[in-house]
Amino acid sequence: MSITIEQRRQHRLMTIEKSLATRHRKEKRFRRLGLMAVMTGMTLVAILFASILMRGVPAFWQATFFMELYFDPEVIQLEEKPERASGESPSDFNQRLSAWQTQAGLVNWQVLIDRALEDKLSEDLEPSQLRDLRALLASNERFTLRNKFMDDPSLLGQTIEVKMLASANVDVWLKGNIDRDLADARQQLSAQTRAWADQLYEEGIIRNAFSTALFLNTDSRSSPASAGLAGAFMGSLFMMMIVIALSVPLGVASAVYLEEFAPKNRLTDIIEININNLAAVPSIVFGLLGASIFIGYLGLPLSAPLVGGLVLTLMTLPTIIIATRASLRSIPPSIRQAALGIGASKVQTVFHHVLPIALPGILTGSILGVAQALGETAPLLLIGMNAFVANVPSTPFEQSAALPVQIYLWQGNELRNFFEARTSAAIIVLLALMLSLNALAIWLRKKFETRW
Amino acid sequence: MNTSAHPNIPSSMVSVGGGESRKSKATGNVKMSAKDVKVFYGNTQAINGIDIDIYENEVLAFIGPSGCGKSTFLRCLNRMNDTIDICRVEGKIVLDDQDIYAPDRDVVLLRAQVGIVFQKPNPFPKSIYENIAYGPRLHGLAKRKAELDDVVESSLRRAGLWEEVKDRLDQPGTGLSGGQQQRLCIARTIAVSPDIILMDEPCSALDPIATGKVEQLIDELSESYTIVMVTHNMQQAARVADRTAFFHMGDLVEVDSTDTIFTNPQNQRTHDYITGRFG
Repeated sequence: MSITIEQRRQHRLMTIEKSLATRHRKEKRFRRLGLMAVMTGMTLVAILFASILMRGVPAFWQATFFMELYFDPEVIQLEEKPERASGESPSDFNQRLSAWQTQAGLVNWQVLIDRALEDKLSEDLEPSQLRDLRALLASNERFTLRNKFMDDPSLLGQTIEVKMLASANVDVWLKGNIDRDLADARQQLSAQTRAWADQLYEEGIIRNAFSTALFLNTDSRSSPASAGLAGAFMGSLFMMMIVIALSVPLGVASAVYLEEFAPKNRLTDIIEININNLAAVPSIVFGLLGASIFIGYLGLPLSAPLVGGLVLTLMTLPTIIIATRASLRSIPPSIRQAALGIGASKVQTVFHHVLPIALPGILTGSILGVAQALGETAPLLLIGMNAFVANVPSTPFEQSAALPVQIYLWQGNELRNFFEARTSAAIIVLLALMLSLNALAIWLRKKFETRW
Repeated sequence: MNTSAHPNIPSSMVSVGGGESRKSKATGNVKMSAKDVKVFYGNTQAINGIDIDIYENEVLAFIGPSGCGKSTFLRCLNRMNDTIDICRVEGKIVLDDQDIYAPDRDVVLLRAQVGIVFQKPNPFPKSIYENIAYGPRLHGLAKRKAELDDVVESSLRRAGLWEEVKDRLDQPGTGLSGGQQQRLCIARTIAVSPDIILMDEPCSALDPIATGKVEQLIDELSESYTIVMVTHNMQQAARVADRTAFFHMGDLVEVDSTDTIFTNPQNQRTHDYITGRFG
C-alpha cells in the first residue's frame, strides 16, 4: 500500500521536529558561550578594579602628625616682613621683599620641628638621637613650615596646632607594608624611630589623615611622603586641552571633506588607506616623529605639554577621522536628498542636516580618542616627559610631568613599599579622569541624539 | 505592477479610470522641454535620447517597467543626478527658455524652481514647523517670524495637513504616519513656491487611503503647479495625469493624453505594457 498524504505530512513534521531539537541545542550552546565570554571579561575587569582599589585607596590616607608647634622668636630672628611704603617703586619693594625671603630661608626651621617632637616624646634627647628623630617626619616639612610663616608672619611667638606629614618610611611601618619581624639591618628605620612611631601613633599624635599632598604637591625625590600629582595632573590637563583644540576640529573637518565633498578618485583612496594605516601605527612611533620634528626641527621645548599635546594630536587624528566618517556614513542619504531637493547647497546640506544628526557619533568618537590619548605613555617618554619635574606648569610651554608617565615613574621608584600604593592611587586618579570623560561622552550623545 | 490600491480592477481592464472627472488645467504653454537627453552611469547608458515637452500646469505621468529610466529622467529635470558622481547627462533641458545644464546655471535656483518629492517620505528629523520653514528661510523668502508662520500654515493647508498637525507643529515630523509624512514633504516642497513639482513614485510607500489623499492633493496642486510624476501604478496615472509618457529600456516610447495612452496606444510596446503582457 502506498504512503498516504497524511503519512507524508506526519513524516515531514517529525523531520522538522527532530531538526528543531538540534537547532535549539545549538542556540543554547551559543548563548552559553556568549554569556561565558561576557562573564570572563567582567570578572577580569572586576579583578583589575578590585586590586587597584585595594592597593590604591589606602594611599589616599597618610600617616600625619598633629601637634602644637611654637614659633620661637629666638630661632626665628627676622625683621618685620616688609610692607610696601607709599611712594616706593615696585622694584624697590620687591628687592626688599626678596631680601627678607632669603633671610627667612636661612632660619633653621628644622629646630622648631625637633623641639615640638621632643616635647611630645617627653624625653631628653641626646644629640646622637637627632637623626632618628628627624626620620619621623617628611624631610620637606620644614619648607612647608617656612612657607606658612612667610604667608603669616604674625605667627611669631605663637603656638599653633600644625599638621605635618610623617616620612614615607613611618607611613610604611605604621600601615604594616613592611615585615615588622625583619632584622634591624634590613629595616628602613632604626629601632628607636620605629619605637617612637608606634608610641606617637598610640598617643594619637600620628594619625591616618586624608592626604591633600597627593593632590596639591608635585613629585618629590627628597621627600617621597609629600610626592603628589599636581604637576602631572596639570600637565595632562594642558595636553588634553591641546589635543581637543587641535584634533577635534582638524579631524572632523578632514572627515567631512573626505566624506561629503572630496571626489572619489585614486588620490582620495590613497588618503583613506593611509588614514586607516595611521590609526594602526604604534604610538611610540608618533613619539619618535614628535621628537624629531617638534623638538629637533622646530626647536620646541623638551618635556613640555605643548609638544606632548601635538604628538598626541597626531596620534588621535586618525581615530577621530575614522569615527567621524563612520558617523557621517550612517546618515541616510534621503536626508541629503531632501535638503538638496529644496535647494540647499552642498555646504548647507552638510551643516544644517548631516552634521547635527552625526554629532553624537562624532562626539563619542572624539572623546574616546581623546581619552585614549590621555592614557598614552610611550610617545611621551620619547619627548622627554619622563623627566623629573618638581613644579606645577602654569603654561603649556613649561616643562611638566603627565599622569600616565608619573604612574610609570612611581611604579619604578626604589622605595617600593611606599610607592606601590601611591602608584595605584595615581592610577585611580587617571581612571577617574577617564571615566568622567566617558561619562561626558555618554551625556553628550544622549543630549544631541536625534529622535527619528 | 498592479498594486493593492484597487485590486478589483484587473490591469487588462485599465481604462481612463478617474480621468473623466478630471479637468486639465494645462495652459498649453511649454514650461520645460528636453531635447535628445542621454544619461550615462559610468559606461552604461541609461537614457537613450529623449525629447519631450512639459506644459504649464499639466500633470504628466511617467510609466514603465522597473529600470526603464523614468526616475533617472525625472531627476535630470532638477539636476538631482548631479549628486551621483558617475552620472553624466548629455543633451539639452530648457526651463522657461533657459538651459538648466548651462555652465553658469545655479543649481540652487533651479531646485527652488523645480521641487522634488521622493518615493519614501523623508522629513527632516526636526519639528513639523522646521520642516516647512527650512526652505523659505534658506532662500530668504520669509524674513520675519510672522511671515514664516504664514508660509508654514498656507503650505500645510495646501497639502491638506493643517487640520491634522496644527496643534503639534513643534513635534518631530518623523513622528507622523507615512501618509502624513509624505504630505509634509509635499508641503515642504511647495513652501518654496516652485513652478514645477517632480514626484518620484510619491505613493509607492503608502497605503490606499493615504494614496487617495495624495492623489487628491496632486489634482488640487495642478491648479497652480506643473507636476511631473513617476508612478508604478497605471491606475494612478490614469486617475491623476493629463498626459502619460511610457518609458521602456531607456527610451521614451510614447507620450500622449492619458486617454489615448490607455485606450488607443499607437505603439505595440505601450499596448503590451498597459494590457499587462509584461512589466
